[in-house]
Amino acid sequence: MTDLLQLIVAGTATGGCYALAALGFTLLWQASGTINFALGEMVMLPAFAMLFLLNVAGLPLPLAFLATCALAMAVLGAGFKRVVVDPLIRHGVVPLVIATLGLSIGVKQAVRGVASAEVFTFPSVFSDTLWNIGGLRVSAADIGTVLLACAVVAALQAFLSRTLTGRAMQAVAQNRDAARVLGINVQRMVLYAFLANALLATLAALLITPVYLAKFDMGETLGMKAFYAAIIGGFNNSRGALLGGVIVGVLENLVGAYISSGYKEGVALLLFLVVIIFRPQGLLGTVEERRV
Amino acid sequence: MTALLDVREMARHYGAIRAVDGVSFAVQPGEILGVIGPNGSGKTTLFNAILGQVRPTAGQVIFEERDITGLSPLLLARRGIGRTFQSLQVFGGLSVRDNLIAAGQEFRGGRAGRLFAAPDAGLGARAEEIIALFRLGPVAALRAGGLSYGQQKLVDIAMAFMAGPRLVLLDEPCAGVNPALIEELMELLLRLNRAHGGSFVVIEHNMDFVMRLCGRVICMAEGRILAEGAPAAVQADRAVLEAYLGA
Amino acid sequence: MTRWLALAAGVAALVALPAGLKGYGVYLLSLWCVYVIAGMGLNLTVGYAGQISLGQAGFLGIGAYSAAILLQAGVPFLAVLPASALLCFVVGLLLGFPALRVQHHYLAFATLGFNMLVFLVARNEQWLTGGTFGLNNIPRPMILGWRFANRVDFYHLLLAAMLAMAALMAWLLRSPWGRAFAALRDNPIRAESVGIDTTFYTLMAFAIGAAYAGVAGVFFACLVGFIDPAPFGVSISLSMLLMVIAGGAGRFFGPALGAVVVVLLPEWLRFAQDWYLAIFGFAIVAMMVWLPGGLLSLPDRVRGRA
Repeated sequence: MTDLLQLIVAGTATGGCYALAALGFTLLWQASGTINFALGEMVMLPAFAMLFLLNVAGLPLPLAFLATCALAMAVLGAGFKRVVVDPLIRHGVVPLVIATLGLSIGVKQAVRGVASAEVFTFPSVFSDTLWNIGGLRVSAADIGTVLLACAVVAALQAFLSRTLTGRAMQAVAQNRDAARVLGINVQRMVLYAFLANALLATLAALLITPVYLAKFDMGETLGMKAFYAAIIGGFNNSRGALLGGVIVGVLENLVGAYISSGYKEGVALLLFLVVIIFRPQGLLGTVEERRV
Repeated sequence: MTALLDVREMARHYGAIRAVDGVSFAVQPGEILGVIGPNGSGKTTLFNAILGQVRPTAGQVIFEERDITGLSPLLLARRGIGRTFQSLQVFGGLSVRDNLIAAGQEFRGGRAGRLFAAPDAGLGARAEEIIALFRLGPVAALRAGGLSYGQQKLVDIAMAFMAGPRLVLLDEPCAGVNPALIEELMELLLRLNRAHGGSFVVIEHNMDFVMRLCGRVICMAEGRILAEGAPAAVQADRAVLEAYLGA
Repeated sequence: MTRWLALAAGVAALVALPAGLKGYGVYLLSLWCVYVIAGMGLNLTVGYAGQISLGQAGFLGIGAYSAAILLQAGVPFLAVLPASALLCFVVGLLLGFPALRVQHHYLAFATLGFNMLVFLVARNEQWLTGGTFGLNNIPRPMILGWRFANRVDFYHLLLAAMLAMAALMAWLLRSPWGRAFAALRDNPIRAESVGIDTTFYTLMAFAIGAAYAGVAGVFFACLVGFIDPAPFGVSISLSMLLMVIAGGAGRFFGPALGAVVVVLLPEWLRFAQDWYLAIFGFAIVAMMVWLPGGLLSLPDRVRGRA
């Protein structure tokens, strides 16, 4: 029983990290129709950037994190939009998907070339305290990750629904032309979505790398699970991403422990297929209409 | 005589905005009905709600005495309703002839049969007929995407007639088309109407076109029908004038 | 006429080429044929129907493993070939149906996870696939009492199969189905409004593309004689997709050119060692930005500018 609970707690923490990446993915998709297959690498790169700042430049972790946030917003946010997305988006989805796939391979292999294929440890932001609650051992990192992910989702939702900028971003996501007619600067809102995506990815990197360690291909499965989490939870809902992420994280742990560790990585796909068969809009999503 | 198309109390709301708010009208076989109204009066939303592009909030659409409310565009096409869009919609990579055949091939035989059918799906003669009617002969073998706007518009409209639909809905056929071509279009539609008994619903801003083409006109404003009747009567209606002038 | 002559000359050159090559050269040439067959199938999905599939190597794997298992069980080659193709077709339907019913872009995600799953099954189910040790001693095909054991003979069989699959594809693209594929890629909304069931045709394009990968997989298993999970991973699917795009998606000879790039590039770029994949990846990004139509669109571009 305690085993089960322990697996659930750890899975929830992992799921929280998936959710952060999933949120970034959803934001980009809604704001600009960008399907970003380099999402995993956008988590991997900040992880290595932070490691570099920590180990080579000798910065403390909070400073390294903040510097990486700024860097990520410039390169993975604005730079990615300007150099890759803007020239391609008018050709439709397919060229952009191909370009982000190419980007994913290029970035991954370049990091491998620079940092080698080795695995690097990464310090946790949380203390390594273990609490013993009635035989159940819970780490501070797990609790901290879950709380932080929830806080980010709540903050993002508040931002999107309460602030003027957030509402403008939502208007752009729902109907670009109408938003333009209303005098909203569409390009600016799309840029904000890219910046938010970069920030969320950096945050995900900060939380997940201590557990999963830094490696050039760490983004491969992470990116895929983020897509699935987003679709399972419901595309047009930020709480959906959280729910989707947590479900994937927990079920993976349970399948890995009780059914077959070999198929842990296949859980997200099966869940995705089941969800799109029985509830295509996702668990918390609402039905969207066809548009001409 | 029973109506070909019967739209009853059609409504489509977006939150508090009532884009279409209880519109009823009927189209008789062989009739050309014009739909006019200022921008934002709900004409295109009405079309989209009838044609399955958006789900109506309320109301019913009856076509040939069968309820077709909320059917998908695909099923409506199969039932015999053709349409054109406000913006240009052709298959740019295909030749004009292939555009026409593509617009007709799904209406004959089964899918498996089509896999083994002749490359022209047995529609070569029909395509030539439409090409001649729309005077597209000189460009028939060219890529549709490379043609002039006016020619693409003709292809677009010709496609709607390829499968021999019993009703065609045209959304602003004259938009962006030069005056000479507008005359040609009018002549074409009248011929299709008289010689082939075609029934049309036409949304159009070009008043002259509507007045000369349509037997009956409805004018929409703010999601409702403001006036209905013979073209001249509707045009002379005070309420219609005020709606256009924004008074 | 010149077109047919060029085609005949090309085929004659491909038939004669092994005479001037060593064993490894013939192997690379055979591998090229395998990739061209799989690439033609993927080109149907990506280039003609406009959908993204990231699982072509998974179907290649299903074809290869099913062929290895059936051939080792003594099933004749001429029965194995259609059986493996049919298996991939059916799996393609089962995977594509739920994804395409909702949102056509979901196919990309579904195929990505599917490929991962195929890899996991190949690695974990030792009783069936031999796990990481793989399956050994896959026999070369025997057709009507003639065994294509010699590598040049086998290459000629493979070349004939490739040409037959190409002819089949040409026929399919000229049929009304081919027109429907092109129509739904050009303008799906218009296609629906003239009665073209885009979901059905997209599904068919995807499943037929998967069947092509199945055929390629059968020949791949016979070519290498030993299979393990490695050549069927997600990264190989990406290479195959990029190969179709690099050649020019939606162009009939695109996969033939793209496969040259994918088979030979690693050989040419050996000097770059570990960096070649990085160069490859960034080259793809650059190509999408500057030459979205692929390599075969280059002549048009040059002519357009001149």
